[in-house]
Amino acid sequence: MHKSVAVDKVTSESLGITQNNLFRNNKRWSETIIKAVLTLAGIVSIFTTIGIVYELGKESLLFFSLPGVTLKEFLTGTVWQPVIGKFGVLPLVTSTMITSLFAMLVAIPLGLGAAIFLSEYAADKTRKVLKPILEILAGIPTVVYGYFALTFMTPLLRGIFGQENVEIYNMLSAGLVMGIMILPLISSMSEDALHAVPRSLRDAALGLGATKLETSIQVVFPAALSGIISAVILGISRAVGETMIVAIAAGSGPNFTFNPLKAAETMTGYIARISGGDLSYDTPDYNSIFAIGLLLFLVTLVLNMISRHISRKYREVYE
Amino acid sequence: MTNQTDKQWAIETQDLDIYYSDFRAVKNVSLKIEPKKITSIIGPSGCGKSTVLRSFNRMNDFIPGSRVTGGIFFQGQNIYDPRIDPVQVRQRIGMVFQKPNPFPKSIYENVAWGARINNYKENLNDLVEECLVKSALWGEVKDLLQRPALSLSGGQQQRLCIARALAVKPEIILMDEPCSALDPIATLKIEDLMRELSAQYTIIIVTHNMQQAGRASDFTAYFTMDTDRAGSMIEYGVTSQVFTNPTHKSTEDYISGRFG
Repeated sequence: MHKSVAVDKVTSESLGITQNNLFRNNKRWSETIIKAVLTLAGIVSIFTTIGIVYELGKESLLFFSLPGVTLKEFLTGTVWQPVIGKFGVLPLVTSTMITSLFAMLVAIPLGLGAAIFLSEYAADKTRKVLKPILEILAGIPTVVYGYFALTFMTPLLRGIFGQENVEIYNMLSAGLVMGIMILPLISSMSEDALHAVPRSLRDAALGLGATKLETSIQVVFPAALSGIISAVILGISRAVGETMIVAIAAGSGPNFTFNPLKAAETMTGYIARISGGDLSYDTPDYNSIFAIGLLLFLVTLVLNMISRHISRKYREVYE
Repeated sequence: MTNQTDKQWAIETQDLDIYYSDFRAVKNVSLKIEPKKITSIIGPSGCGKSTVLRSFNRMNDFIPGSRVTGGIFFQGQNIYDPRIDPVQVRQRIGMVFQKPNPFPKSIYENVAWGARINNYKENLNDLVEECLVKSALWGEVKDLLQRPALSLSGGQQQRLCIARALAVKPEIILMDEPCSALDPIATLKIEDLMRELSAQYTIIIVTHNMQQAGRASDFTAYFTMDTDRAGSMIEYGVTSQVFTNPTHKSTEDYISGRFG
């Protein structure tokens, strides 16, 4: 009896318990400081976004208040030549859309195929080796991809479609290479989503005599759909916003064309060229890049909203 | 028609050993399952009873490194013969799992799915109704067929999983601790259901619940772990016999709750 009391005393003292009530007597400063730091981090990111939107909006307003610039002409005009006062953004938009389209034509089927292979078919060992290798693709600087497009993909396309049909700078080459760049993003995120689907759902399907393909496509894929759609939309946003590849390989001059074998500057390519050039502050060219930036921002925002809507509507919630 | 015996058993295993890589999880199981009866497999954790059950419809194929020696015969064919298509084995020998695992689809779609992928040619609506009636769920869900399966209670979900298994017209239904996630009332419903289904189907159930094995099964196989950690079958017979008059001390100790 005596011994056990002694043991109790040692334990409570070693835990720092010196009083019998449970009142707060320890301020736990580290907890308070951590909370403040984390709150600050959250606030900084929110204010950065607000700041960017504010700046884009302000400069865009300056652009739209210029004489001869109207919102209608900006959105519907097919000629972008600031020198002669033509500010129709469509050539830049179509070029962005065409390069992004080809990028997604490469990235979605290959990315999803790779994701399904890695998650459903590959042995654990294979997966552990292949996935990091695929993710290395995502770490290659985009300027390298740009030169890859210009010095490898373009000659290849010219060999296939003929020198006279393919311009040195062309949207197809930039788009295809952009697809290769986005592929690991889509495959990696989709693979995560597929892998998170519980084993028990696969067991249920396989136990009914489903093949592996039926299980993957009809059970696992729909259950992972919301994650997969997020991956695809993020990929599209990447494609729309990608700058270096298109600046190097797609051409540097607005061109209203739907022929992917021709050169045409994208929205991002134009912004990069103008902001990198020696244009002075407050010229129409300079102000225009903010309007284009705002448009890009809105496009990405809409894409995000669409993805949220789609995934909420079609996802199959497990558990 | 190798190893044809005088009687057609639902499943017959001969000197069955199951390995996970180098580890022998189950050894020397020779078991003959009576058709259209309920056979329970009991035993302490880790004795390989689920492993044996999952080997009956080749669900162990999906565990890397698993392999089988000896034979498991279903209608005179060794289902581990390399010429056998495991997908067809699983159509004929269905499975109900420990935790209810309905697809995140509608109630209707859960039942119809298996039939559809197996190219069911007749009326799907009739099939869905028939299976839900058989699984004693029809009355509760007949007006809610398009509702998500996950909106059902745990016990209802498990009966839906049974209906789903019935829809591919199996001959044998394997149940891997089907009531371990359910409350006692839902458990009794499943047991009643098993009794009704045993008129048409062979049922093999793995359970941790002694009372369940005692009251709901016709035959009982008792497994335990050997000193080399491999599970083996110690005793097998008519349930009342195994429960009231076991021939092995270990069986008696387990059933009376002295270990396990």
